[in-house]
Amino acid sequence: MTAELVRGQNHPLPGSRVEIRVTADTPVIAGATFNDEDGRMRDAGWIAHPAEPHLPGVEVSRQAAAVHRLAVDLAAVPGDVRRVNILLALPARTGGPARFAGLAAPCFAVTGLDGQEIAGYEVTGLSAESAVVALELYLRAGAWKVRAVGQGYADGLAAMLADQGLSDARGLADTIDEAVAAGTARSVAPPPQQPARRPGAVGGESADAGRAASTGGPLGEQPAATADQPAAPARDGAPVAGGSGPVDYRHPRRAAATPPAGRQPSPQPAVPAARPQPAAAPQGGPGQDTGPVAGDAPGWSMEERLHNQVWGMFEDLARTVAAYRSAVDFADTRMERELEAVLGDPRARVSPAADAARAEARARHGALVEQARTVLERDIAQLEAEAEVVEPALPPALARWDNPVWQAYEPPAERPMSLRVGDLSLAESGGLRIPLLVRLPLERGLWIDSGRPRGSEAGPADQDELRRLAGRTATVLAAHLVAVHPAGQLTLHVIDPAGSAATALLPLVESGALRDPPAAGASGLARTLERLTQRVDLVQMAVRSGATDALPPDLDVADQLLVVHDFPHGFDDRTVNQLRYLADEGPSVGVGLMMVADRDEARGYGPVLDPLWRSLLRLTPVPDDHLADPWVGHAWTYEPPVVPDGSQVLPQVLRRVVAARRSAGG
Amino acid sequence: MTVNLSKGQAISLQKSDGGTLTAVRMGLGWQAAQRRGLFGKRTKEIDLDASAVLFADKQPVDVVFFRHLVSDDGSVKHTGDNLVGGAGQGGDDEAIMVDLQRVPVHIDQIVFTVNSFTGQTFAEVENAFCRLIDETTGQEMARYTLTGGGQYTAQIMAKVHRQGNGWQMTALGDPANGRTFQDLMPAILPKL
Repeated sequence: MTAELVRGQNHPLPGSRVEIRVTADTPVIAGATFNDEDGRMRDAGWIAHPAEPHLPGVEVSRQAAAVHRLAVDLAAVPGDVRRVNILLALPARTGGPARFAGLAAPCFAVTGLDGQEIAGYEVTGLSAESAVVALELYLRAGAWKVRAVGQGYADGLAAMLADQGLSDARGLADTIDEAVAAGTARSVAPPPQQPARRPGAVGGESADAGRAASTGGPLGEQPAATADQPAAPARDGAPVAGGSGPVDYRHPRRAAATPPAGRQPSPQPAVPAARPQPAAAPQGGPGQDTGPVAGDAPGWSMEERLHNQVWGMFEDLARTVAAYRSAVDFADTRMERELEAVLGDPRARVSPAADAARAEARARHGALVEQARTVLERDIAQLEAEAEVVEPALPPALARWDNPVWQAYEPPAERPMSLRVGDLSLAESGGLRIPLLVRLPLERGLWIDSGRPRGSEAGPADQDELRRLAGRTATVLAAHLVAVHPAGQLTLHVIDPAGSAATALLPLVESGALRDPPAAGASGLARTLERLTQRVDLVQMAVRSGATDALPPDLDVADQLLVVHDFPHGFDDRTVNQLRYLADEGPSVGVGLMMVADRDEARGYGPVLDPLWRSLLRLTPVPDDHLADPWVGHAWTYEPPVVPDGSQVLPQVLRRVVAARRSAGG
Repeated sequence: MTVNLSKGQAISLQKSDGGTLTAVRMGLGWQAAQRRGLFGKRTKEIDLDASAVLFADKQPVDVVFFRHLVSDDGSVKHTGDNLVGGAGQGGDDEAIMVDLQRVPVHIDQIVFTVNSFTGQTFAEVENAFCRLIDETTGQEMARYTLTGGGQYTAQIMAKVHRQGNGWQMTALGDPANGRTFQDLMPAILPKL
């Protein structure tokens, strides 16, 4: 339990060895003085400062720095020392600020050896002072305690030392300043990147800074050479590192808003080769400027983490766009209201004042929209960076067809948890595409809508093109489903009553992924439906009565996927009902449904089909904005999966699927 | 260090070292009332609800309460409805997290309210408090005691509003009556 001290307050120390961490806005000198029982320094040897960093029991840094870590062993200090003062001073000869006024309050944290913070103190209220006794560790009744002092000295170190009874205070102060100036001169170039610190989190500076500084050696500090460019702590979580700060790729919410207890997993993240991954940052270093990492989400397996990460990105994009749209809406309404107010006064309508008011309203509108756009662009840049690392790391089930992962495709040992059925985007999201994932096994059937997109007047030629594209999309999706199931664990059935989808089905037929030829004609259609219906009935019965071992031996225990092309061609009332039955009951016993259909053509069946359409996930063969997200309800533009033109990846993958099935004895 | 705010008192959410707060949490805690009846079936349970209303230029834009747990933009999150309060003391039974950096640019005020959904007045609630916590450090910045609040069923607790580049919190502490935040809207609007 940390005690946040106020000036004058004291707190017992649990042990004799403590560390004191100092965080300041600018490089400062940290030192320590010993006092005897009269509160005086016995001689000039009772001070640890940059020129003389070691005293028995106390070690300070040789340089001015924005972050210090002082090691104190109270058991080792000379016996007649009753008080150890911890002091800060601004270096006089490095061109830095001469007073604490305007600087952020220096923060002190007293920690035990285990890093546990014992007490914290923020030295507030400093203004003209250039040196301050911040803390004192003092011996009272045989036990050491810490007290927050915060005594500042406008006349600097010399005045402070004189106050502690040192005769040649001026001389010693000069020695210290010289040493610091010399230290600055010889210090090496600053490291390329300072670890960003969370502002003001007392003792919460990044573990890296702490680790390095704990040696107490000069390498531990941020060299004072950066004084001309004040080592300002990262504000607002923005990246620090000079003026040309790189984009802060840390996740805006999933990392920052996490309570310290750490929801953030530290998996062995899959890192694409191009992007070296800094050593997994502990939670203590939230300011670490690490890039996005694939799999940066909770989950038991990499697959689950990636799945959750994609959904996290989906939600983030939905919400950041919601914020943007809400701001723009508000700006529009406000401008309208203001312009109307100008119009409301007929006499002033054409006066210069009215013109000014109009210009003012427009400027306010522009400024707000601009602000909102900046935030949006920042967020989208972050998500794009994340997508850039996530996309190549996706396993086949979540990958696009142009992903190199397909080149090394092997049939998996287990069914994946989800499948990518396309990409989603919003008008504001630029080139960013979020994978649309559905859980496997499919709880809802898929409906690839070959009908005209809403509101467009497509001619018959376009209509044919749409059908062709819909057929192709169905094949790509079916092939993807088969490929991500273990060998032989998903059996495809295709109904193509009029043979109109023959071209689209070629890859499935040629490779042998589709074992039986597509069912043609009304009779073939009826037979296929009959067989699947029977299977659903049998499995349901067996599951209900707990007699799964009583299933007929020739029953295909693999999951089934029925692809219906050209619905409702070739269907009659009876088969339509069977299809509805399959759509309702199939998913629970491993029978999935995918339909290519134009709803208009099935209008003849009347409203009885409405529940069927509603139960299916509608996808489109061309980009169309019809999918709503579950958080805000934006209309997302869906893009179907496509195999790159001229690519042989689909037949290759299917051949491997079939080969694996054969070798598995299927 | 906790500030016990009195009505109308404003505190800046700037940290004293100049850094701005990034995330705050409004916590609401109360103690369950004495149980009655043999099996605790006829308990006099008290359901207090915390809500946050997001305003842009005095127009309500979004609200976070037990039926809409996350603001559309994702910056304000409610941890979920607690129907009975805490058995013990001290902890927050409901909390609303605000990620101040992610609040949309046009939102300039966020008003926090507490309602007694089950209709008991604050005079009957034990150990009820509301507090504002710096989410990054867990430090309590302000605390409000509700108990003894008189014959009211709601309170407009505090508002967090933009001030320059940062945010400021003003304690309102206005008693009101109502079952949910909707009933309070007329009372909130003059406070903006």
